[in-house]
Amino acid sequence: MFLRPQGKMLVPSLLLLLMLPVTGAATELSVTESLQSGLAGLGVSGDHGPPGLVSPGSTGEQVQPEVAEEEGSHHGGGFKIVQWEWSYVQTPYIISVWLLLASLAKILFHLSQRFTTVVPESCMLILLGLVLGGVVLLAHEKQLYQLEPGLFFLFLLPTIVGDAGYFMPSRLFFDNLGAITLYAVVGTLWNAFCTAFCLYGVKLLGVIDEKVDAGLMDFLLFGALISAVDPVAVIAVFEEVHVNDTLFIIVFGESLLNDAVTVVLYKVYMSFVEVGPANVGTAECMKGLVSFLVVSLGGTLVGLVFAVILSFTTRFTKKVRIIEPLFVFLLVYLAYLTAELCSLSAILSMTFCGIGANKYVEANISQKSRTTVKYTMKTLASIAETIIFIFLGISAMDKTKWAWDTGLVACTLVFILLFRAMGVIGQTWVLNRFRLVPLDRIDQVVMSYGGLRGAVAFALVVLLDGEKVKAKDYFVATTIVVVFFTVMFQGLTIKPLVKWLKVPRSTNRKPTINEEIHERAFDHILTAVEDIAGLQGYHHWRDKWEQFDKKYLSKLLLRKSVYQKSELWEAYQKINMRDAISVIDQVGGQRVMVHSRRL
Amino acid sequence: MGASQTRTEDVFQELSDKTGFSLEQIRILHKRFRQLSGDEDTISKENLEKIQALDKNPIRNQIIEAFFDKRNQNDGEVGSSREIGFQQFVKVMCHFKPPTLKMTTEDKEAMRREKLRFLFNMHDTDNDGTITLDEYRKVVEELLSKSGAIGLEAAKAIADAAMLEVASINVPHMEPHEFYEGITFEHFEQILKGLEMESRMNIRFLDVDTSTMHCGKSQ
Repeated sequence: MFLRPQGKMLVPSLLLLLMLPVTGAATELSVTESLQSGLAGLGVSGDHGPPGLVSPGSTGEQVQPEVAEEEGSHHGGGFKIVQWEWSYVQTPYIISVWLLLASLAKILFHLSQRFTTVVPESCMLILLGLVLGGVVLLAHEKQLYQLEPGLFFLFLLPTIVGDAGYFMPSRLFFDNLGAITLYAVVGTLWNAFCTAFCLYGVKLLGVIDEKVDAGLMDFLLFGALISAVDPVAVIAVFEEVHVNDTLFIIVFGESLLNDAVTVVLYKVYMSFVEVGPANVGTAECMKGLVSFLVVSLGGTLVGLVFAVILSFTTRFTKKVRIIEPLFVFLLVYLAYLTAELCSLSAILSMTFCGIGANKYVEANISQKSRTTVKYTMKTLASIAETIIFIFLGISAMDKTKWAWDTGLVACTLVFILLFRAMGVIGQTWVLNRFRLVPLDRIDQVVMSYGGLRGAVAFALVVLLDGEKVKAKDYFVATTIVVVFFTVMFQGLTIKPLVKWLKVPRSTNRKPTINEEIHERAFDHILTAVEDIAGLQGYHHWRDKWEQFDKKYLSKLLLRKSVYQKSELWEAYQKINMRDAISVIDQVGGQRVMVHSRRL
Repeated sequence: MGASQTRTEDVFQELSDKTGFSLEQIRILHKRFRQLSGDEDTISKENLEKIQALDKNPIRNQIIEAFFDKRNQNDGEVGSSREIGFQQFVKVMCHFKPPTLKMTTEDKEAMRREKLRFLFNMHDTDNDGTITLDEYRKVVEELLSKSGAIGLEAAKAIADAAMLEVASINVPHMEPHEFYEGITFEHFEQILKGLEMESRMNIRFLDVDTSTMHCGKSQ
């Protein structure tokens, strides 16, 4: 199908792609032990398990003679002109090969224009992952690679969330914060509890097989992790669909903010499962509630603290422009890690760090640094996304990790779709009483349909302790099916749905000077009218915040020289350039004369 | 006392039907009107200028002027009134109502035009139906130089650039001997096409009387 005119190039490159993991895996096998000791040497351990692209499960296969040969070649006698230094370069080599693979895959997909407009990239990546997983499985009888939760939570997820948080349109975000928070907290809780209870009920009814050994606690745990809307999937799918900004920010904001809820529920139910359902009392439930407040507010606070540190630091980086981007990356990443360290919500921390710092950092750093930050973040995020989807595909092929139960899978799918729709409708009804611009039925359809589950749910389910949660394998299989369904099926069908429903799309072009002037005018007009009408409304408080920001925050966090200018000035500069060029192109200087006479 | 009460209620009901505000919202606005006017039947510019919160607002004068602008009453008259009554007050407030779920596309279009009209009238201070460069410049300067970190010179330059932009979008192929007269309403509509007026230019009118909770802070 996409092996059309470019077929000549495609076939060999495809073969090459398929060969890479196989050969990589083959050489992998021989030095797994040294890899293991290497990782242990790095001292990497902790809750999420040792990170790495290689599954630690493949420890058994040492091919001793080869290892001995390797060692021998180092200490052996005689000078060798060329040596095979695999053990020395293997880890970075394998990582680079995987990254290269992921990037090549992206090139291949975009060779066919028609294909890419219909099928979202995430679908194709998962399919590629399935194919690759199949290949490795055939070659080695077992799966060597899978999506390690450690790798995911420490490296892949922060890249994507960092990029999202830093470039989040903060005005839009705060305008809709009420809606976002409502969906994130109440929506996720509703989904989690309803799914859990219904699954348990269905189990009691016997629709789910007896083999699935799970009690109410286990189902509550499963419900918690399967019910959260996933930021990675939402970005991947929505960025190809271009719905209007309000809709996007609500779904996307929800996917970010529900992290706090997911983290708390997951931890609470994990502890409940460990302790045993008999010992759960009201004290535990109260602790859970307090934990939620601590996790969410604490995470936000950590993020804001780092935002202040970052802004303040960039105020003084005039002489060291070249490392300005480094500050941005490091501090945003540290915000994530610090929150993770204190078991607070890392996603919230990183998001608010990005949102808070963006305004001041973008003003303080040089234009070149701005470009560097933007493109590096986007590149890393894109690669991380690609890797996540490929590995999702590969992990699905590992039969040893999951067990199938049709009842559980079918019921879960039905329930999550059903409760998502019900939740959205219910909450929107409440929300429309308070919102200035109501969310209509079409918006609600898109929001329900856009509630995608993704890699976060998968990583969380893999993290479950198989000893404590006996039905883990069944849960893993169900999660895989759910994630595949939402990303692939819903991802494929959301574009035609949006077109069919005639959802207002976003225009994505830079505002003109006049639009920018009037945006500003709105703020003042609306504040004035509110003041005349005697209302202390939204604009009144926004205005107060702007005053506070101008008086204290900007003085503290912005470089002195920047403090004077504004974005409107930049827009004006651009127009000036553009117009100057077009004027020169026009019929001589006459037009300029005319304008200057009038002006 | 009773007779005048029912008469006021009738007036309110009539207003509510005409403008689309709820009865409760009209009552609250009336209360505020009485507060501003010092219990009189009309308010003048001085009454509005007394509002403290407006002091820092860069387009204070234009907004106050807008309330007294006869064009915003949609009566077909032009010019500026010295005083306005409650009906006119509510009529101006009407421009800031948010769209409701029940509105059709035509209604939304009509609402959008009304809001654009309001803005246009605000810029067009000499009532001649076009916004000349001087008028536009004045607004932009007031808006930018008072509100932020831009000096008068820069604001002037930005106003000029904005004007050029309007010209280039609306009359892209101007002959060398022509000059751009001023922005007409159609051009104004065109230039602000990308702005979502219906969802942006709204304020939330209270349904519940919370004025007693403010303890005079809303002066």
